[in-house]
Amino acid sequence: MSEFIQQLINGLALGSILALIALGYTMVYGILRFINFAHGDIFMLGAFAGFYLAPKVATVLPTPSIGSGLAVMGISMAICAGLGIVIERLAYRPLRSRPKLTVLITAIGVSLFLEYTGQFVFGAAPKKFPEIIPVYPIMKLGGLSVTSNQIIVLAVTLILLLALRFIVLKTKIGMAMRALAFNPEAAALMGINTDVVISFTFGLGSALAAAAGILFAVNYPAIDPLMGILPGLKAFVAAVLGGIGNLPGAALGGVIIGVTETLVAGYISSTYRDAIAFGILILILLIKPSGLLGKKEIEKV
Amino acid sequence: MQTFQAIMKIWRGQFLAAAVIALFLTGCNKPSSAPGVGGDTIKVGEFASMTGSEATFGQSSHKGTALAIDDLNAAGGVLGKKFELLMEDDQSQAGQPATVVRKLISRDGVVAILGEVASSRSLEAAPICQQNKIPMISPSSTNPKVTEAGDYIFRVCFIDPFQGTVMANFALHTLHLKNVAVLTDVKSDYSLGLAKFFKEGFIAGGGKIIAEQNYSGGDKDFNAQLTSLKSSKPDGIFVPGYYTEAGLIALQAKQLGINVPLFGGDGWESSSLVPIGGAALEGDYFSTHYSPEDTSPAVQDFVKKFKAKYKETPDAMAALGYDSAMILAAAMKSAGTTDGAKVRDALAAVKDFSGVTGKITMDANRNASKPAVILTIKNGEFKYVETISP
Repeated sequence: MSEFIQQLINGLALGSILALIALGYTMVYGILRFINFAHGDIFMLGAFAGFYLAPKVATVLPTPSIGSGLAVMGISMAICAGLGIVIERLAYRPLRSRPKLTVLITAIGVSLFLEYTGQFVFGAAPKKFPEIIPVYPIMKLGGLSVTSNQIIVLAVTLILLLALRFIVLKTKIGMAMRALAFNPEAAALMGINTDVVISFTFGLGSALAAAAGILFAVNYPAIDPLMGILPGLKAFVAAVLGGIGNLPGAALGGVIIGVTETLVAGYISSTYRDAIAFGILILILLIKPSGLLGKKEIEKV
Repeated sequence: MQTFQAIMKIWRGQFLAAAVIALFLTGCNKPSSAPGVGGDTIKVGEFASMTGSEATFGQSSHKGTALAIDDLNAAGGVLGKKFELLMEDDQSQAGQPATVVRKLISRDGVVAILGEVASSRSLEAAPICQQNKIPMISPSSTNPKVTEAGDYIFRVCFIDPFQGTVMANFALHTLHLKNVAVLTDVKSDYSLGLAKFFKEGFIAGGGKIIAEQNYSGGDKDFNAQLTSLKSSKPDGIFVPGYYTEAGLIALQAKQLGINVPLFGGDGWESSSLVPIGGAALEGDYFSTHYSPEDTSPAVQDFVKKFKAKYKETPDAMAALGYDSAMILAAAMKSAGTTDGAKVRDALAAVKDFSGVTGKITMDANRNASKPAVILTIKNGEFKYVETISP
């Protein structure tokens, strides 16, 4: 029994990181109806921003401490938010009136561009991510071990989810985002500046990806320029699983993928981990094609 | 109009085909009748993982090889000619070795190939060298299949059946372990082979393999596998993988409260192992090819020269890279030519060659028969434990 709970804790920590990435996919899809395939690479850039920021932050704040950890994460989120906005402005906005497929292919191009520029600039060899958050002794609760890092991952994810919920439901820009997702033409006619709202959405999604990058690097401290590919893909699947365009759905999807993967690896076979996890996804989508929390959309012809 | 377009299409197709054939022909042309000796140097090709997930392997190995070439040239080279080392990076990626080795052979016209560290990538290049009758020496690929590719393929390191048996005996007799778990990288020929020979040796010696788990090279999260291994209460875990994963595995094992020793093979030997795994690696063991603490004059002389050139202590990959170039030069000298077939025969006849990594004798399967060294990690440094002879 304690082994099962331990596996659940492992899966939750992994799943919450996927959830943070999945939110970015789902937000952009909700508003622009396109999949930003470069999102996983923003996650990678977030981790690398942290890698280069940590020594600079260490000269100002005592490291490792909660303060330095938050500072590194905050600055990295801001940098990636800026990057997300720039990418949207340069690569996606000029194509907004073109067919969706054009933008999709461009997104794949941006993704490859970021990965291989990353290999050129940062080097392809894995780098050791510095310790920015203190690791406290392992808590033992009757055979279970919970690390301080796992608790930090869960806590930060929860706080960011609540903050996102607040932004989307209670602020003016959040209302504009929802209006745009509902009907872009009508929203524009009502005087909403769609360019600003779309930039904001990209910034917000990229900031969450950066936070996920830092959390990932704190837990698995070997980072490389191709580290975003697999988590990015899994987070995309999580977003689809939860119902793409639906925020709570993305978070739920991330947690489900993380937990299923861990349980499959722990109890069935780690070789078939991804195969079985993705098989379950296919099953769920067969039964509920719009995803777990997705609404059924009626296509008007 | 339509017929015109059709004609254009056919014409274009023919033109393209002709262009491709022309390219192919020029590409295959060897630069001179006696490849590699046309100029006043002997061209030797090397392929290495200078970047990517096993970057430190390629970099170390290349530094060793380059040092050997410098030493050889300082002594006047062989056959009255100096060596020229042409190195290509395969980025630690599958598919790249075949491309870069073809390029080295057909475009640069090298007379021999040195490389790689990872068995998977040596296995890719070996058939190409065999086909072109170019001798290939792998400095440190330990999977037995590598030299089975053909009679032109050699290596200067020991092989996994030996390394696996050494680690099994070490676990049984030095660490006194009875119940061991194994965590294998299913994407790597090296890891699969080493795991297999370790298990056979350990069971033959009276030990028990109580749990087995797998991962894929490049994975970052091993919590699921380790939690499952922990529940079977092993008194040691064998991790026959490469250093990035080994470091992360050690880290996550300690976080899960697994306090038994971890041990692995020469895939752990890297300057990146300790930075990644940190204090979690203390008291863990791995087998490798040599120790810079060895007091023999050959080792100390090599360590001194290496430190003078690169300002760092050479690891096993560097020592093997050095030996691979040295043994090639010795074979060319005794063959009296750089001709592939004659150099091959000379390599196959190597007996008691004193390398930095011990006395090397080529056996009938073109594998080096030589001792292994066991190191432990203490205060963040590799420390010598014992030497085990075949």
